Amino acid sequence: MEHIPILKLGDHLLVTIQVDMHDRLAMSLQDDLTARIVSTRAKGVLIDISALEIVDSFIGRMLGDIAAMARVLDAETVVVGMRPAVAITLVELGLSLPGVRTALNVERGMELLRSGLRARERGDAGPA
Amino acid sequence: MATDNTHPLSAVLAADEAALLQDWLTDQTATPAFRSDRITREELLDQSRRFLSALRSALDSGHDDVDGPAWQPVRDVVSDLSGMRAEQGFSPSETASFVFSLKEPLFRRLQERFAREPQRLAESIWYTTQLIDRVGLYSTEIYQRGRETLILRQQEEMLELSTPVVTLWHGILALPLIGTLDSARTQIVMENLLQRIVDTGAAIAIIDITGVPTVDTLTAQHLLKAVAAARLMGADCIISGIRPQIAQTIVHLGVDLGAVLTKATLADAFRVALQRQGLAVQPIAGAKRPATEAPADEGEA
Amino acid sequence: MPVLRREERGIATSEDVVTVRQIVRRHAVELGFNLVDQTKIVTAASELARNTLQHGGGGRVVIEWLTDELHRARRGLRLSFEDTGPGIANVQQALQDGFSTSGGLGLGLSGARRLCNDFSIDSRPGLGTRVVIARWR
Repeated sequence: MEHIPILKLGDHLLVTIQVDMHDRLAMSLQDDLTARIVSTRAKGVLIDISALEIVDSFIGRMLGDIAAMARVLDAETVVVGMRPAVAITLVELGLSLPGVRTALNVERGMELLRSGLRARERGDAGPA
Repeated sequence: MATDNTHPLSAVLAADEAALLQDWLTDQTATPAFRSDRITREELLDQSRRFLSALRSALDSGHDDVDGPAWQPVRDVVSDLSGMRAEQGFSPSETASFVFSLKEPLFRRLQERFAREPQRLAESIWYTTQLIDRVGLYSTEIYQRGRETLILRQQEEMLELSTPVVTLWHGILALPLIGTLDSARTQIVMENLLQRIVDTGAAIAIIDITGVPTVDTLTAQHLLKAVAAARLMGADCIISGIRPQIAQTIVHLGVDLGAVLTKATLADAFRVALQRQGLAVQPIAGAKRPATEAPADEGEA
Repeated sequence: MPVLRREERGIATSEDVVTVRQIVRRHAVELGFNLVDQTKIVTAASELARNTLQHGGGGRVVIEWLTDELHRARRGLRLSFEDTGPGIANVQQALQDGFSTSGGLGLGLSGARRLCNDFSIDSRPGLGTRVVIARWR
């Protein structure tokens, strides 16, 4: 069965979705990613969806679920590269992915993850 | 109504189509309705010729149902020229007169043909009038639709002109909205905003609603949609230009702007945007400053 | 309403949902829809094709090009999703945001409706469901 590749970049995992996913592939990505977060002790996950021409409620829900699961596993998720037409359609559909952090592209997403990590390290070190 | 294949009108058209065409053309160009500034004699000749030949084959079919398939070629010709005239700025009566002006030359011929048969003359004139009237009404309907399309297109063009997205600073966009925000406009606002976010890599957009007359629940929903779409692309929005009455309406109507950051003025919003970029506006040391009412700045003494 | 073109496609697997998206996209492009309108109709098609598969146990979609006789430059894309599944007992309820029988987000029907110009649904318990949407250029 086909799989979407997950790359490890330092503390982070990078997933670039490049195919028009059918639902089972989306579900397997969810499984693979949570397993990789645990095995690599990743602190951040970047999901690049710049190649996706649509995001429907199924994919939208998958993104939200991945972010929530990653949070439980102590990793931040940033969804990057959503196309303008996709963003407009998703909002019209009634999905604004409130629990998911977003960035314009992979570079910005990586900055966001790094600054988030630094803030967390400072928070851990200093008194509450 | 007569539906036999040998209707006198078919015969009239068949008898001398060329002469009829000339007559009709002369009639059309002689009236004040002829817009020599908008259409040439050659174009009119071509349209008239095409109409007559379509009319003739429709009549030859023996069907007189103008809405039926046999009359499709006639409707096509009328549709083309009425739509074109709507675009070119002809008035409704100038457009309809194309079809109606055919009555006179047709009646003259029917009169000659039935000079001694008043009963048949009356019948065929009545028949012709009814046919031409229905084609004329069709022409008016198409004209009307053409005008509507034109108005819609112009509205869209105006919408696009009226929703500029400007760059205030590197990474900071401003979107000054003027006028009411309906769903069609929201769509264009969103498209413009999101495209500019992609083009400039902006991280913050300020939507200024100083020029929006009222903010009701629906307008707020539209605003929130734009904010949500921008966020999906990784950009934060600040809504500025909330006038006192707007603030009151928002609270009275119970409009929920959610977690969106709002500021009274564009200047306030700009300051927040700069701060988030790690920037600030500072006075130049030693420079003379005009004693005008600059916005109060907590940073100053 | 005159139909200029017609295409039909069965929906039996989750791969078919992907294919339906691609076919609808191709039609929307050929009809000259702008990018946002293409995305909206393809997204709506994806939601409805998935419904046909998951709730209707499979079915088919009929894709048609529409025109307006009086206004011949006007073009629309009509999609009819049909299944012979269990049907929807309470259509009003199914059209509400957040109502779901499959553990999903419950945005399939209601969301698809918001993404189109015309929407109609005809469902008979025990006989099947037919959802027709259209979007005009």
